[in-house]
Amino acid sequence: MVAHADTRVVHRGGSKINFRAPVITQDSRFLICVSGECIKVFSTSTEECIHHLQGHKELVTGLVLNPSNHLQVFSCSEDGTIRLWDFTDGILIRVTLLHLKTPSTLHSVPGKRNNCEGCSRGHQCYMHLCYGIIYLCVDYLTSCALCSQGEYVASVKDNVLHVYFLNKKTFYRFALGTSGEMAARNAFTCVACHPKDDCIATGHGDGKIRLWRNFNQEKEYTFSTVHWHHSGVNALCFTPEGTNLLSGGLESVLVQWRYGQEGQKDFLPRLGSSIKEIVVSPDGSLFCTSHTDNKITVIKNCTKVSAVIQGLVHGDGVKTALMVDPRTKALVLNGKPGHLQFYSLQRDQQLYNLDIVQQEYINQSNLDQFEVVKAALDSRGSWLATVEQRSAKEVEISLKLWAFDEHTQSFVLNTTISAPHDGPISEICFSPSSQNSTTLVSVSLDGHFKAWQLTQPDPSDDEEASWSCDFVGDYHSLEPKCCCFSADGSLLAVSFKEVVTVWSPASWDLLTTLSQPPGAIQDLCFGRLSCSKYLLGATDKNLCCWNLLTCSLEWSTALDVSLLLADPLSENVAAFCGAEKTTDLFVFRPSEPRPHFSQQALCTGRVTRAVFAPRDEPLDGCEESSQWLNRSQLYFLTHNMELLTFLTKPEEERLMALSKQVAVLKKHKQEFLHTSCLLFISLFISQFALTLSAIMTLVLSILT
Amino acid sequence: MGEFKVHRVRFFDYMPSAISAMAFNVHTERLAVARADGTVEIYNFADNCFQEKVIPGKDGRTVEALCWAGQRLFSTGLNGEIVEYDLENLRSKYTVEAYGGPVWTISSNSQGTQLAVGCEDGTVKIFELVEDSIQFQSNFDRLKSRVLSLSWHPSGTQIAAGTMDMIRVFNVTTGETCTALLQMMVDRAAGANKKKEVAVWSVVFLSDNTVISGDSAGKVQVWDSQMGTLIRTHLVTKWDVMALAVSRDESSLLAGTSEGSVVQFQFISARLDQPDKEWQRTRTLRSHSHDVRALVHTDTAAVSGGNDAHLVVRPFMEKVVKGSKESAPCKITFPHRSLVSCGKKAGILLFQFPERLEVWRLGESNENGIPGEELSVTKKPEALIHLKRKGDDHICCSTLSPCGGWLAYASASSVRLFQLQYDNDSIALTKVKLPKVLRWANQLCFSADSSRLFASFSQSSVLVFALSKSEAKYVHTLKPKSVSKQAVHLMSTSDDGQWLATANSDCEVHVYNLKKLKYHCTVPVYGSCPSAMAIHPTGSNVVMVHADQKIFEYSLEQKEYTEWSRSLAKKGLHGSWLNRVAPVTHVSFSASNPDYIILHDMNMFCIIDKSLPLPEKDSDLCNQNQLRSMNEAARVKDSHAFKICEMFKNLLCVGLMEDHSLVVVERPLLDIATRLPAPVRQKKFAT
Repeated sequence: MVAHADTRVVHRGGSKINFRAPVITQDSRFLICVSGECIKVFSTSTEECIHHLQGHKELVTGLVLNPSNHLQVFSCSEDGTIRLWDFTDGILIRVTLLHLKTPSTLHSVPGKRNNCEGCSRGHQCYMHLCYGIIYLCVDYLTSCALCSQGEYVASVKDNVLHVYFLNKKTFYRFALGTSGEMAARNAFTCVACHPKDDCIATGHGDGKIRLWRNFNQEKEYTFSTVHWHHSGVNALCFTPEGTNLLSGGLESVLVQWRYGQEGQKDFLPRLGSSIKEIVVSPDGSLFCTSHTDNKITVIKNCTKVSAVIQGLVHGDGVKTALMVDPRTKALVLNGKPGHLQFYSLQRDQQLYNLDIVQQEYINQSNLDQFEVVKAALDSRGSWLATVEQRSAKEVEISLKLWAFDEHTQSFVLNTTISAPHDGPISEICFSPSSQNSTTLVSVSLDGHFKAWQLTQPDPSDDEEASWSCDFVGDYHSLEPKCCCFSADGSLLAVSFKEVVTVWSPASWDLLTTLSQPPGAIQDLCFGRLSCSKYLLGATDKNLCCWNLLTCSLEWSTALDVSLLLADPLSENVAAFCGAEKTTDLFVFRPSEPRPHFSQQALCTGRVTRAVFAPRDEPLDGCEESSQWLNRSQLYFLTHNMELLTFLTKPEEERLMALSKQVAVLKKHKQEFLHTSCLLFISLFISQFALTLSAIMTLVLSILT
Repeated sequence: MGEFKVHRVRFFDYMPSAISAMAFNVHTERLAVARADGTVEIYNFADNCFQEKVIPGKDGRTVEALCWAGQRLFSTGLNGEIVEYDLENLRSKYTVEAYGGPVWTISSNSQGTQLAVGCEDGTVKIFELVEDSIQFQSNFDRLKSRVLSLSWHPSGTQIAAGTMDMIRVFNVTTGETCTALLQMMVDRAAGANKKKEVAVWSVVFLSDNTVISGDSAGKVQVWDSQMGTLIRTHLVTKWDVMALAVSRDESSLLAGTSEGSVVQFQFISARLDQPDKEWQRTRTLRSHSHDVRALVHTDTAAVSGGNDAHLVVRPFMEKVVKGSKESAPCKITFPHRSLVSCGKKAGILLFQFPERLEVWRLGESNENGIPGEELSVTKKPEALIHLKRKGDDHICCSTLSPCGGWLAYASASSVRLFQLQYDNDSIALTKVKLPKVLRWANQLCFSADSSRLFASFSQSSVLVFALSKSEAKYVHTLKPKSVSKQAVHLMSTSDDGQWLATANSDCEVHVYNLKKLKYHCTVPVYGSCPSAMAIHPTGSNVVMVHADQKIFEYSLEQKEYTEWSRSLAKKGLHGSWLNRVAPVTHVSFSASNPDYIILHDMNMFCIIDKSLPLPEKDSDLCNQNQLRSMNEAARVKDSHAFKICEMFKNLLCVGLMEDHSLVVVERPLLDIATRLPAPVRQKKFAT
C-alpha cells in the first residue's frame, strides 16, 4: 500500500459558487465567482463560463476587483496567498504570500483556530494590506461591510453591531436586546453600508431591517426599522447611487426599498430558492442574487431575470445513487427538493432539472414532503425509473417511469405506479440487456422483489406502451436489501439478509443461493468483462467474492466496505472502506484479491455515493498504478456533499500547459497603498474590544 | 394577618375618556391633558408624572386645543369659546367668545404675550393677554376654509396656519400673508381619495424657518417657509397624521398617527460630522391601539395620548440613565385619586362617574375556602342607587360615610348631601339641605362616626358641618397657617374623631384638632406631593405616601416623625419599591393589628408590617410566592415588612371592611379596550 504521487484527489466541479458574493465587472459583462479552489468567470449575458482561474491550492475565500485596474481581480484563499488575475485572458499575474509577524500565520485558515499561533496573546486577528486592499478574516463574524470611503468598518456578530473608524481609531458597539427570546429575534444576520450617506443597514433574524445613523455616538445613535421579511434577512445591498436598498431571504423574493421612502418597495418574487447574497453591478444595471441551491441569478433592469448560472445543487443530501446519463454523459442525482438534476461534469454546469414529484414545494420546516429516494437509468439512457417517498404517518411511495423523448430531448412521464410495494424500496435497477425490452427490478423491505416490464398494448388501442409488474419474488420471507444484474443481463442477484440468491431473468427461476455468514449483505456487484464470472458481496465486516461457475467462495477478506462499484469499461472494482473517521479506497480485479491501487484516508467521513464516469477518449501515458483511471474517471461524494475525483499526472500536466500562467512569486512588499481605493478586509474580531483596537492600530501602522 | 375573604369587584364600569389635547409647560414641567369630556388634568413631570390637579369637565364643553401662556392655561373647543382655567380652585376662570364659529386650535407665542386662535370660518384671531383676562387684538386675512392648526415662529413675528389642502404663513404685525409666496399646497392622497380634501392637522414652525406639517393623507412634509417650497415628504401611514411635536432643541420631531403609532424624526446629517442636516425618520413607537391625538416632546420622553385614553410616557433611552426611574416607560390610565368610597361598616361601595354616582351593596358568602379558591355567592352584589347629578358641571368628588348613612358629592357649581335609609331591600334617599356658605368643594369627607362633614374650600380652608337628622349645620371654618392658595386634594380624619389632615398640591399637609376646632400643626414639607394619606385609628400618627414612593409616619402628639419612620428613612426604601411607576393611591389600617399599614397602587397592594425588619437592599421585595414554598423557620428568617400581593391587576381601590374582609375593585384594561370604538384597519401579517 503505497501513497501514489501521480494521482491527487481534487475538487472537480460541483463546488459552491454561492460560497461568497460574486463580483460583477466594471462593464457588467462578466460575473466572477469563487468555486472551490478555482475562480470562474461567467458571461452575464450568455451564462457561459469563460475562464477557470486555477492556481489556488485551497478554498478561495475572497474576491475583489483590483481598484487600480478594473480588468484585474484579487483573490485570497485558505492557502495563505493573494493572487492577482487578469480575468479577460485568464492569466495569473502575481502571487503574494501573506506575511504577518510570524510566517506561521501565512495560512490563516478561517475556521481553523489552531493555525493562529501568531496571535498567541489573544490577538486573534490578522490584517494585511497590499496594493490597496485590506485583508480581514471574517471567521468570527456573521457579516461585515466597509463603507465606500473606507472610513469605517461595520461588522455584526450575534446581537452586536461594531463600527470601527479607521482614521479616528475609535470603535462603537451597539447591542440589541440580548435576553431570552429577544436574542434570537434580534440577532444580526447581515450588514451593508450606504455608498454616499453614513447609514448602515442591518438585517435581523426576525426579518426586520434596521437603518442606523449617527453611529459615531455612544448614546445618541439612532435607527429606524422596516419590516417585510417573515424570516431572517440573509442579504442586504445598496445600489451604487444609494437610492435603493435590496434585501433577500428565505422567501426567495428580492425586495427593493426606496432609500428615504422605506414605505415604498418593489418585489421580484419566485426566484427559486432562498437568497444568500445580493450584488449590484457598478453601473447599477444588473443585480445578482446568489441562492442557497448553488445558483446565481442575473437580474436586468431590476425586473427581469436575464441569466441563471446553476452549479451542482447541494441539497439536504443525496438519496439516489450517482448515475451517469449515457446520452449526455451528465451526472444524475438529487437536486432541488423533488427534482433530479442532470449535471455536466465536463462543463461543470447544470444541464437541466427534471421535476419528478411535480408538486409545489412549500418552504416550511417540519413539513413532510415527497422526496426522490431512488433513481435508475437503463444502459442506453432511454428509460428513467424514479421512486418518490413521503413518510408522513404511513409511508407513501410511488414508482415513476420516464421515457426519453427524442423530440423534446427530455424525459417524459410514461407510467406512474402508486404503492408498488408495501414497504420502502431499498433498490431499483434496470437489466442491461441491449434489446428493446428491458426489465426493471425493484427490491423492497416488504420482503419481495418485483420485476417490471414494458407491455405493448393492443394495436387497436390508442394507448402507449406502459409498464406493469411481471414477476414477484421472495425468499423465505426474508428482507431483501440489494440487487444487481450481471453485465450481459442473464443473471440477477438479490440479497436477502445473509443469503445471495441468483435468478434467471428469462425464466424467473432461482438458480442458486450463496451465503457467507455472518453479517447481512450490504452491497452486491458483478464483475465485468473477463471477470464476469465473479460476484462480489460486501457485508459489514467482510468482502466476499464468489465464482458463479463453481458456485463457491473464491476469496474473502475482512473489510468494512461502504460502497462497491464496478467500472463498466474495465474489470476494475472500487471498494470504499470506512475506517475510523476517514475512508480508504481499494481498486482491484475480482480475479485477484490483491488491490492494484489503494489510497488511505481519502477523505473524512463515509463515502456512500460514487460513480465511474466513462472518459470520452482513453487516457494515455499513465503510470501503472493509475492505469485503472484511463478508461473511466471515479467521482465520489463526501458526507458533506463535496464532489471529489482523482486527477492523474498527465491530466494535470495538460491542464498546466493549457493555461498560460505567468506565475510571479514575489516576496510581499508594502509597495503602494491606495487608501482611496476599494479595500478588502479580513479580520478576526475577538471577544475583547481591546483586541479589535489592536488590530486596527496595526492596519493604521501599515497604512501610514 | 394571613387570610382574607376578598370581594373581587369588577362591576365598576369606569371608562376613562379619550385624550384630545395636551400642552406642556417646560418651565414648570407641568403637562396639561384635556379629555374628550372636557376634563383637564395637570401632571407634574418634575414629580414622577403625578396627577396633581383635575379640573372637572362640563357638559357642552369640549376641548380641542390647550396652551400654556406663562403660568396661565387656556383651552378652546368647538363651542367657539376660549377658556382660561383657575388652577388654584380647579375650575374655569372665565370664557371669551371668539366669534368665529368652532375654534380648532390655540397657540401662544413664546413670550407668552399673545394668543392666536384658528376658527371654523377661516380666520386667525390674535388675542392679547392682559391681567386676569384676554383682549381681542386683530384678525388675519381670511382663509377659504377652517384653520385646523397654528404654530408661531419662535421669534413671534410669523405664524404658520394649516387649513384644508394648504398651509399659509402670516406676518403677525400686518396680519397679511407674507410677501413671498407663502401658500404651500399639500398634495392629496393618491387613488380613490383624490377628491377628498386633505386636512393639515398639525404644523410646526421651526426657528430655521422650516415648517413641518402632518396631514390626513398620512404625510409628514418638510417645507421651506421663505420660499414656500416642499423639501421632503415622508409617507408615514395610510391614515391620518394627527399630531406633531418637536423637541425644544428642534432636533427631534414626533408624529402621531391614527394607527396608534408614534413616529420619530431626527434632524441629523447624512454624513457624519458634517453640518448640513435633514429630517430622517428613525424610531417607531407603538404604544396605542387607537388614534394618537396629542403629543408632547419633553427633553427626555415622548408623551402621547389618544382615543384609547392612555397617557403614555416613553423615555428616549439616549436621554436618560439606563436603569433609573426615568427610563421606565409609564402608562397612566386611571386617575391618581380615588373614585371609590367604602362604607366600611355597612358593606356598601360608592362609585363616582363624571355624570352619576352608583351605590352598590357587596355580595355575601357563608363559605370558607382555601387560598385562591372561588367562593360561591349566597347573595349577589346589588346596585342600590343610580344618582344622576344636577346641572352641567361634572362631579369632581364624592364620599360615603363609613356607616353608609350619608352621601355627598360636589361639582364646580354645587355641593349636595343625601341621607340614605335602608329598610331591608328598599332604600330611601333624602336630600339634606346644606348651608349656602358652601357653593363648591374640592374634597369632601365624613368623620368616622358620621356626625360631621368636612368640605375643603378655596385656599386650603376646610368647612365643618355638623350632621343631625335631616339637617346640616355650619360649625366652623378651619384655616391653615400658610400662604398656599392651592386646592386640597387629600383629606383624612382619624377614627377617634380627634384629627383631620389635609394635603394640597404645594405638598403641604395640615393637621387640625377637631376637638378644639383649630389648626394643630403642619407636617414638614417634603419635596414630593403626597399621593395617599391616612391617620392611624389609635396611634395618632399620620402616614403619608408621596408620589416618589417615599413613606413617612408623623406623630401628631409629639409633632415629629416616629421612630419607625426615622429608621425607614435611615435605611432607605428598597430599590424596586422606589422604581415603581404607579403612585400609591390609598392608605388604610387594620383594626385588628395596629402594626399593619395597607396600601395599594394600580398594580399591587401591599401590607406593611411595622413589627418586622425592613427588607435588605439585595433581597427580593416581592417574595410572597417564595415564602409560601419555604418551611416555617426559613419563612420567619426571610420575611420582611413589605408583603406585596400582585394577584390583582388594574386596581382602583383596596379597602378593608369592618368584618375583616377585603374589597378589591378591579377594572381590567381589556374591558376598557373592548368598549372603545374599533380602531382603523391595519394589515396584520398572515391574515
